[in-house]
Amino acid sequence: MSNHECECATVQQIATGDRAILPKGAKTIPVYVMGKKYEVPETLTIMKAMEYAGFKFLRGAGCRGGICGACPTVYRKEGDYKLHFGLACQTVVEPNMYLAQIPFYPANRASYDIETIEPVAESIHALYPELFRCVACNNCTKACPMGVQVLDYISAIKQGDIARAAHLSFDCIQCGMCASRCMGELPQYHIAQLVRRIYGKYIQPKAEHLRKRVEEIESGKYDATLEKLQKMGKDELEKLYKEREREPDMAPLGTWMPQDTQYL
Amino acid sequence: MPIAISEKTIKREFIEKIASLSGQDINRCFQCGTCGGACPMSGEMDAMPRRIIRMAQLGLEEAVSETRTCWICASCHSCTVNCPRGIDLARVMEAIRLLTLRKNENMVEPSKMPAETVKEMPQIAMVSCFRKLTS
Amino acid sequence: MKVAYYPGCTLKTKAKNLEDAALASMKALGVELEELNRWNCCGAVHSLADDDLIHHVAPVRDLVRAMEQGSDKVVTLCSMCYNSLARANLIMRDDEVKRKTINDFMDEEEDYHGEVEVVHFLNFLRDEVGFDTIRAKVKYPLNGLKVATYYGCTLARPRNVAIEPPGGTRLMTDFLDAVGATPVKFADAFTCCGSYQIIANPENAVNVAAGILDCAAKAGAEALVLSCPLCEFNLAKKQGDMIQSGKISKGLPIFYFTQLLAAALGLGKEACRFDLNDKCSVEILKSKNLAMEAVAGIA
Ligand code: SF4
Ligand code: SF4
Ligand code: SF4
Ligand code: SF4
Ligand code: FES
Repeated sequence: MSNHECECATVQQIATGDRAILPKGAKTIPVYVMGKKYEVPETLTIMKAMEYAGFKFLRGAGCRGGICGACPTVYRKEGDYKLHFGLACQTVVEPNMYLAQIPFYPANRASYDIETIEPVAESIHALYPELFRCVACNNCTKACPMGVQVLDYISAIKQGDIARAAHLSFDCIQCGMCASRCMGELPQYHIAQLVRRIYGKYIQPKAEHLRKRVEEIESGKYDATLEKLQKMGKDELEKLYKEREREPDMAPLGTWMPQDTQYL
Repeated sequence: MPIAISEKTIKREFIEKIASLSGQDINRCFQCGTCGGACPMSGEMDAMPRRIIRMAQLGLEEAVSETRTCWICASCHSCTVNCPRGIDLARVMEAIRLLTLRKNENMVEPSKMPAETVKEMPQIAMVSCFRKLTS
Repeated sequence: MKVAYYPGCTLKTKAKNLEDAALASMKALGVELEELNRWNCCGAVHSLADDDLIHHVAPVRDLVRAMEQGSDKVVTLCSMCYNSLARANLIMRDDEVKRKTINDFMDEEEDYHGEVEVVHFLNFLRDEVGFDTIRAKVKYPLNGLKVATYYGCTLARPRNVAIEPPGGTRLMTDFLDAVGATPVKFADAFTCCGSYQIIANPENAVNVAAGILDCAAKAGAEALVLSCPLCEFNLAKKQGDMIQSGKISKGLPIFYFTQLLAAALGLGKEACRFDLNDKCSVEILKSKNLAMEAVAGIA
């Protein structure tokens, strides 16, 4: 046991983007991974707890920060029929959780050329006709660890409202849980990704400042700075990074200016 | 074409399944043929609805599954509102379809539909077709 | 007057003429249709198996949305939406066991017991707006336009959701009368257009649809009026194919009933949307000097 504690302490120090930090004297609780019981420290995330229990993530883990969608977990609580879903890197273990990782779920993904696609709903319908098999069971929404209104974006796509679907699906991290629960066998998140691509490329108003910045980059404005960076050694780079000017976390919008304005 | 009926051809479970899925007592049918007369698709069917009912009464599961009648049916309910014996034949057709669809079999393949067809179809056509003809 | 309105997917893309004309007409008549702010596909067809409740969930969810919005009534334009919403509603109102199962499954929604009434737009026009009110507001009556009254399946069957007593065509007849057109009765008023078989067995569906057009033409109709985008697809959009294969000899203009209403009220192009109809539909209006403003400039 003491061995384990010391391991966790090490883990704790190097962990970034992981909310589960083990307090002193933390108790252990039982969880069931694929049916087998493990005693793990409470307050760990599912991912940490599984690693604590000896699992090693070769796939099914990525950012460890709740953004890559690689680590979805499905679980039940003891004596309850209800399914719960979460991201293993974000969800804290609870006593008597019965869980399994679903690192991948097969979902149909259409191929298309975004450069030549006609930016209308019909193009999306033609690539994913299974859209029309949705029965509005809402299992997808219930399964989404990001709280995305999946049924609502699927409905918007059927109704031809590309903008609404793009906005509704914006928080999707492509974890695939919706598809795993779908009665109509839809690949919701792939369809939504196509929708956002079409929306971003053809429909959403273009940001003027972005266009300007791209122009600057292409005109070679930053070439010299980049070259300088490329030539730096590791120590020098580290020093530069640590000493960089940073906007304070809670600074009100538009109040902060760096000392060095040469890159603006 | 004559159909042989014997102990072996009569599928009890088939009769029971049709009854429970459709909620209809098909034994009430007295073979008047009104349903086929009212059916807009009957000209395109290889067996009249009346014949399907008869075969179902006799538990001829295979004979029923060899016809295309239930797959041509458009669920229009003309037969239903016209049957003098009060049988909701549209429900019987649905029950027969479901016996196949529930084996994870499709009668139309969404993935194989030509893009041009999907693009021109009203959404209600796609939804209704997939609901009635895919698993 | 403010009324909850369920549009349906097709009206947002392929059948804009059905919706645009309705909304504009209502505005002209002083009625505000308030679209549900969240809604999903109605399911289009009613599930007919006793144990298949999951396929009732889609329409029920829409009825829950209407209830959430505080309406005791929801109006629909599309015949298929009307049919599937109305039938699911009857189950939720009358079948205690199924109601409980469906409510339990939809544990994320308010329980529903059939609180909302589903009303087709034609009934709404007759009962809430009044055909006499419409008649009084008609600016350009559609004089001399002989129109077949086509209901198809979903406005008429099954009986418990029919928009008027079985076999009757009073509603459409009175409507056409109010807008100044001449209603034409014909034998195929309630014949199925081929419905979704246009995808699975297109040849068969087209044959059935051609029969309906032929029947209407023989009854002396110069046009046909309907309220369903799938009927419209089979009976109007497929006419080119039918003429080519010799199934019909010439095109029959097809209108959504809302377009005739908007035209008679004297509304313009943007309201009537005849640009989305077949050429022959525009031509017949032009040849009879009807709805001149609404068809001006449409080739
Ligand atoms: S919408 Fe689907 S893929 Fe996207 S985050 Fe939610 S469950 Fe995952
Ligand atoms: S899980 Fe599938 S069928 Fe159910 S509401 Fe979501 S997309 Fe539709
Ligand atoms: S429901 Fe089917 S079998 Fe009955 S009349 Fe209509 S098409 Fe024919
Ligand atoms: S109409 Fe009714 S009684 Fe007559 S053959 Fe058809 S199902 Fe039987
Ligand atoms: S590892 Fe990326 S979301 Fe969990």
